This record gives sequence, structure tokens and C-alpha cells, in this order.
Amino acid sequence: MKPNILIIHPHDNVAVVLSALAAGETAVAQGVEGLPVLSDIPASHKIALEDIAAGGEIIKYGETVAVSTRDIKKGEWVHTHNLESKRWKR
Amino acid sequence: MEAMTEITGYPRPNGTFGIRNHVLVLATVSCVTGVIHRISREVPEAVCVPHAWGCGRGGLRDVQVLLRVLSGMVDHPNVGAVVLIGLGCEVSNTRTLAAVIGDAGKPVEILNVQDDGGSLATASKGAAAARRLLEQLRTQRRVPMSWDKVLAGMECGGSDAMSGVTANVAIGAVADWLVEQGATVIFGENTEMIGTAHVLARRAKNDQVARQIEQMIDRAERLTQDIMGDMASLVISPGNMDGGMSTIAEKAMGSICKGGTTIINEVVDYGEVPTQRGLILQDGPGYDGDSMTGLAVSGSQLMFFSTGRGTPAGFPGLPVIKVASNSRVYAAMPDDMDVNAGALVEGKPRAALRDEMIDLMIRVINGEPTQAERHGMDVFTFMTVHPPF
Repeated sequence: MKPNILIIHPHDNVAVVLSALAAGETAVAQGVEGLPVLSDIPASHKIALEDIAAGGEIIKYGETVAVSTRDIKKGEWVHTHNLESKRWKR
Repeated sequence: MEAMTEITGYPRPNGTFGIRNHVLVLATVSCVTGVIHRISREVPEAVCVPHAWGCGRGGLRDVQVLLRVLSGMVDHPNVGAVVLIGLGCEVSNTRTLAAVIGDAGKPVEILNVQDDGGSLATASKGAAAARRLLEQLRTQRRVPMSWDKVLAGMECGGSDAMSGVTANVAIGAVADWLVEQGATVIFGENTEMIGTAHVLARRAKNDQVARQIEQMIDRAERLTQDIMGDMASLVISPGNMDGGMSTIAEKAMGSICKGGTTIINEVVDYGEVPTQRGLILQDGPGYDGDSMTGLAVSGSQLMFFSTGRGTPAGFPGLPVIKVASNSRVYAAMPDDMDVNAGALVEGKPRAALRDEMIDLMIRVINGEPTQAERHGMDVFTFMTVHPPF
């Protein structure tokens, strides 16, 4: 199956969704086979590659780009509803 | 790929190499814009550069940048000879500029509209000088040059949600390859670094460079808050968020990744020529036109420029390789784009895209024109910090 998500850095715990995914579909990337998608995710938004506990770091580009505000399950949409900036509150 | 990486250029007396050999016809001030346009129509092979500045701004910082930019254009390695068109009474008049330029190591002919018979006579003298200099430069030949003579600027503008996912990541991979070859890579846009001071400082060569990085980003952040007040958070806009970016740090990582992942050896001021090789940061604004000029005047002979919404912007006398972040804009603006990084989304391996970009860069260094260069899509603006008097 053609990849529909892109992992930018090997340390990342989120990937970029290449075209909109719906809950129930399967996410595929090089090295990731069959990750069940748990939420509807718009194109170019992020999907969790592993479970992230509340307060856990969101890692993209191999760096911390945000902190989760609640438990996020592997396969869930990761965006402003479940994370916050470490710096400015948005 | 050893045999394929041979590059050539024009050696300059100061030790730099040009990858083009242009006659530059440069205005010292906005008042002579029409003269430059006339010369451009008469001698289309010359790189003719009018601009909106040169007078009316007396602040020390603006005068410093003005003189650095205009003299830097004359000194630029891709320029083999210059016709400088002045007015006579401006701040950056040709006497002041000539003193800043010193010995350029190349022919520099100077005309002033107030002394050379007015606009039409100056345009006709300027066109004749440009033709004569073009003839002189035709006898110069390219010679092999080493990668440590290459300085590449990395820029992004008209970004979209994929810019930081495809195009900038691909440009960063080329940046890492260039540094490995001994070349220099420079990028600026301090406002787009806000939120990543810890990441960039960690990669600094030493504590001094780390502190300079932190101070540069801190100044950019304070300036943004001073000017924008409560709107400062719009540095990450609602449109950015619709596109999937969630925080300023995430947006900034998507921007700084175009510089690659190597050690940061130096922080230079806007338009300042680096003294170190490898990866260099420039303390310059995020506005792409102003930023490109800073990178060029710092000595970049070529640039990579990522875009997602699509911009035709090139730079006078300097090849700009335009990298589309998505296949839609690559197809929609075929005369403006050189590389389709959107192919990553369709499953093209990252290494294959990088190698393709390196091949193209080598051909461009050796003389193949980029789209913006072929079509004359030059943009020339530069930074000012004060309002005009």
C-alpha cells in the first residue's frame, strides 16, 4: 500500500498526514505497516505514532514542538485540542 | 558521485569565484530608476538593478545597511564589471560609495545624471559602457573551482503547510551535503527562528556563537512583540493552524530545517560576509525579498528557495533554484519552478530527490539557467529600520 503519512525524523512520535484520513482507515509509512487511524485527520496535520501521556512531549523534526494536555492514543489526531505550546499558550 | 561533482567558475582577484560573469548596471538611488530602465531596454544582457532607496533615511543603521548592500552588489562574485548610475546629491552618492567599495578588482564605470548631461545622455553613456564591458567579459573563461568556494543561501517564501514537510526538509538535506563537501550554507529570517533558540544554540560551534544565536532570536521576539503587541501570537496565524501547525516552535522548525543539521559556525549581521565556512546564520528579517538581498550580499552565488503557494521571485545576477513543496503548485506555475519536492508525497524516496537537486545545482553552478533566471524574475529590495524623513 502507498504511504499516506510521512515521518520527518526517526525520533518523531508524530507523522504528517499526506491526504485527509478518516477514522477506521489505515495509516502507512516507510517502516510503519498498518497503523489504525482513530480520528478524522485533515491533510498536512499530525497523527500520533505512539501513545503519548498527558504532559508528554510532541516530537517532530526530532525536537519537542509542543506538550500534550491529555492522554493521546496512537493513531489519534494531534493538534491544538490536545496539546499546548511550551512557550506561548497557543 | 565524485566525477559528476566537478564545478567551474570565474576566479576573482579577492579569492572568491563567480558562477556567473555579469555586467551589473546599479542605481545608487531611486531617482535614477528611469535611467536604469532605459539602459535595460537597450542592453538586455546586462543585469540592471533599480531600487527604491538611496536617500531620505539618515538613521545610522539604515545608512550602514544601504552602503553595505550597494557596495556588496558591486563586490558580488557573480559580477564581472559594473556601471554605477548615480544622481549626485544622494546619501549613497558615487563618491561615498566608491570609498566604501575601494579596489573592487573589476572594472567599475561611474556616471552621475547631474554631471553627465541629464537622464537621456546618462542612459546613452551607461548603455555604451555596459556594451563595452560585456565585450571585455566575453574573453574570460571558466576554470575548475573547489566546493569550499561555494556559498549557498537557503530561503523560503510563500510557504504552505507542506513547505516545512517536503521542500525545506529536502533543501536541508542538500545543505548537509554541501557542508560535507566543504562549502558554506547561510540562512536568515530571524523572526522565523522564534521558538527554536534552544535547538539552534545546542548546535552552535561554541558558547559565544550559542549566546549570539539566543540574543538574535530574543531581539527578534521582542521586536515582534513591540510592533505587533497583542497580535504577536499571529506570527503563527489561523491559516497556519488550519494547515496543521500547532505552535510557533513547530512552524519555526519547519523553517529552520532548510539549513540542515550541521554545526552552526558563525552568526553574521544582515549582508555581512562570513569569515567561517560550513553553516552560518544571518541576523536578517523574514520578508523574503529583504532576506534574499542579505544572503546575496553576504556572498551567496546561488540560492535554494522553497515555496508552497508559489512565488516567481528570483534575484539579479544570481541563480535561484525554486523548490515547490507540492505537486499542485509545481504544475500550476511551470515556468517558475525548478524542483518538485511534492514528489515525496507520491512516494519518491528522499535520497533520490536530494541527489536530483544536487545534480541540478551542479548544472546550475556550471551555467545552466534556473527558471527565474531564464525569465528575468529579479526582485531587489532591502531592509530598512526607520521611516523616511
